[in-house]
Amino acid sequence: MNPTAILLATFLLSIAGLFAFIWSLRKGLFDADAGGARTIFAQGEIGHVEDPAADAGQAHTLQRDARVLGPTTAAELAAREAADRSSAQPAFALFTYAIVWLIVASLAGLVSSLKLHWPELLDQYGWLTFGRLRTLHLNAVAYGWAPQALLGLAIWMLPRLLRTPLIGARFVLVGALIWNAGLVAGLIAIAFGLSAGLEWLEIPWQVGGLFAFGGMLIGLPMVFTLRRKRVHHLYVSVWYIGAALFWFPVLYLVAKVPGVHFGIEMATMNWWFGHNVLGLFYTPLSIAAVYYFLPKIIGRPVQSYNLSLLGFWTLAFFYGQVGAHHLIGGPVPEWLITLSIVQSVMMVIPVIAFSLNMHLTLRGNFDALRHSYSLRFIFFGAVMYTLASLQGTFEALRSVNAVTHFTHFTVAHAHLGMYGFVSMVAFGGIYFALPRVLDLRWPRPHLIALHFWLVVAGFLFYLVTLSVGGVLQGLALLDPARPFMDSVAVTLPWLQGRSLGGALMTAGHLVFAWHFFLAVRATAWRTRVQSLPLNVTG
Amino acid sequence: MTMENELKLIGGALVTLALATAAMILVPFLQLKHVAAPEGLAPYSAAEARGREIYIGNGCIACHSQQPSSTGAGRADARRGWGRPSVAADYTYDDPPLLGTMRTGPDLFNIGVRQPSVDWHLGHLYQPRAYVKGSIMPAFPFLFALREFDEVGRDDRVVALPPGVEPPGKKVIATQDALDLVAYLVALKHTYPVLAPDASAAAEPKKAAP
Repeated sequence: MNPTAILLATFLLSIAGLFAFIWSLRKGLFDADAGGARTIFAQGEIGHVEDPAADAGQAHTLQRDARVLGPTTAAELAAREAADRSSAQPAFALFTYAIVWLIVASLAGLVSSLKLHWPELLDQYGWLTFGRLRTLHLNAVAYGWAPQALLGLAIWMLPRLLRTPLIGARFVLVGALIWNAGLVAGLIAIAFGLSAGLEWLEIPWQVGGLFAFGGMLIGLPMVFTLRRKRVHHLYVSVWYIGAALFWFPVLYLVAKVPGVHFGIEMATMNWWFGHNVLGLFYTPLSIAAVYYFLPKIIGRPVQSYNLSLLGFWTLAFFYGQVGAHHLIGGPVPEWLITLSIVQSVMMVIPVIAFSLNMHLTLRGNFDALRHSYSLRFIFFGAVMYTLASLQGTFEALRSVNAVTHFTHFTVAHAHLGMYGFVSMVAFGGIYFALPRVLDLRWPRPHLIALHFWLVVAGFLFYLVTLSVGGVLQGLALLDPARPFMDSVAVTLPWLQGRSLGGALMTAGHLVFAWHFFLAVRATAWRTRVQSLPLNVTG
Repeated sequence: MTMENELKLIGGALVTLALATAAMILVPFLQLKHVAAPEGLAPYSAAEARGREIYIGNGCIACHSQQPSSTGAGRADARRGWGRPSVAADYTYDDPPLLGTMRTGPDLFNIGVRQPSVDWHLGHLYQPRAYVKGSIMPAFPFLFALREFDEVGRDDRVVALPPGVEPPGKKVIATQDALDLVAYLVALKHTYPVLAPDASAAAEPKKAAP
């Protein structure tokens, strides 16, 4: 087998496939007036802002800045109300699980971080040893918080995107139960030292199969609801959600099928999974949320719908093959690494398409950031996506990789994606959706502001300190004249800084969880703080 | 017209994932399937295999790689005594391979060469900072038992520790898990010669042209 031919063939196939898809979508793709972007608005609703998390004053200011174009149709808004009711229960269940895991994951992450500069901390307990606790943190985020928050948002958005009530909500409830049972069993296994040994795939396959099965059940209502859709056009968010719900079970099943993978092939499979669970699951679900919430909050359709479709297909074609950049310099076929570096660079296209689109959509409306916390979280997340992705492209280059590979810089980068982007979008989405789910305003709006500033300050501190520490570590490792322990010593102050950032983030999550609890309690007691009108402008 | 969109979506999602799977799993599968184990590489003994499970279960991979690099840090790796760049054949018996992505601690691919002493490893696992100043490695007291001096049995492996590390009046006994883990660590030696993949392909006898 000629490696160069394989490399070239794969790359050319990707490019040819990409153009074939873009060509097949040319109808409507290059129209000056792409109507698809309006799918998420009711008749006449463009110009009407929607942010259920905004208080009356904020909503008024948001609307004043947005310039109303015309009256909305009551029937369509009533239909949306019905759509919201149909998804309320499953979305609420997924949000609740997600927030519980967020707290578990934050505490595990924080203690892990402390242990790196305070190794005696809790060292007498096997289940709290760094290697296990870090793995618990990763799995609680990767299978607890992030997917369930995003799936909750997806299930909640779908009836709105398809303008029809959700069908098969029970499948979500059962699927989520199975998923969480699998997660609890998997985390207990890891805590007891039973690990499958592959990063992102530590949960033994005997329980991990529950994720794939639970994930499939959660995806079923999408299939049922799609068949009853009342829109002619599938909005771009639906594309991202649909693809992600298809990709995840396939990724997990292929990665976990016992007895097939071997030796170094298992390592390439590991990073095929490890990077694609990010790129083909969390990322598309988060982008779907940005594409829905951002235009909806400011009452203005996405600027270039064509750009959003281009972004979707370039992401689908390029992202799948970037994972081997985690193995640069490793014992894997050289052509594979080159391929991954090339595709990592190609990822600039979907990222620029997305970022440009969001910028153009918000242009002239940046004031809205001052009045909507949902938008602030989502905008912050969108900006971090651009940064994370561009940073990832550079990290894949051999020259940069030589310094950052094997260091804390990679951990900082992972948090830029999974936290700065994915988690921030999830926060914003939940702040938007929960008032509709519970039919209730957030009881203490100032807690949303507190949450925002705690996690933004904490995260930026985390990112900067750990990145600097990682670069210093990498430079020390590159210099053969310096003893290895130098590379440990230079990171210590930066690791302490990371713990401080992590503590602030954890404090923000506790505020968020407490506020969520207050909202649920208010609903349970039927002490409605203020009932929510169908549309903030009446 | 409306089904067309769904078909494009599912079709596209399938094709893109299939391409990625072919590139990152299928072709490496076919390419590596027939890579033979190097002559100098022995399969793991029972104790080493058990020790490997302890290594995996405690998440040692979170801080230790097992892949001396061929690029980037490669030159420094060799100078530090971490060994030649590893090749796919080195991992023939590894299920799963433990390449790792972090070097919070040093690469361990040849730790058995650099540090062959079982006593050193047992003591270092019990209290790393008694051996390496400034180490941030966790201690693993749960892999050891403490016994009163007169309770130590004949078969117990008493850990020889530097002065002041033993708790007063007690002896530190290595559990079977600790002994297995150390058996695995001291067996990590990959000093036998291998040809780089390109060189071995070139060295293969070629069929004469018809």
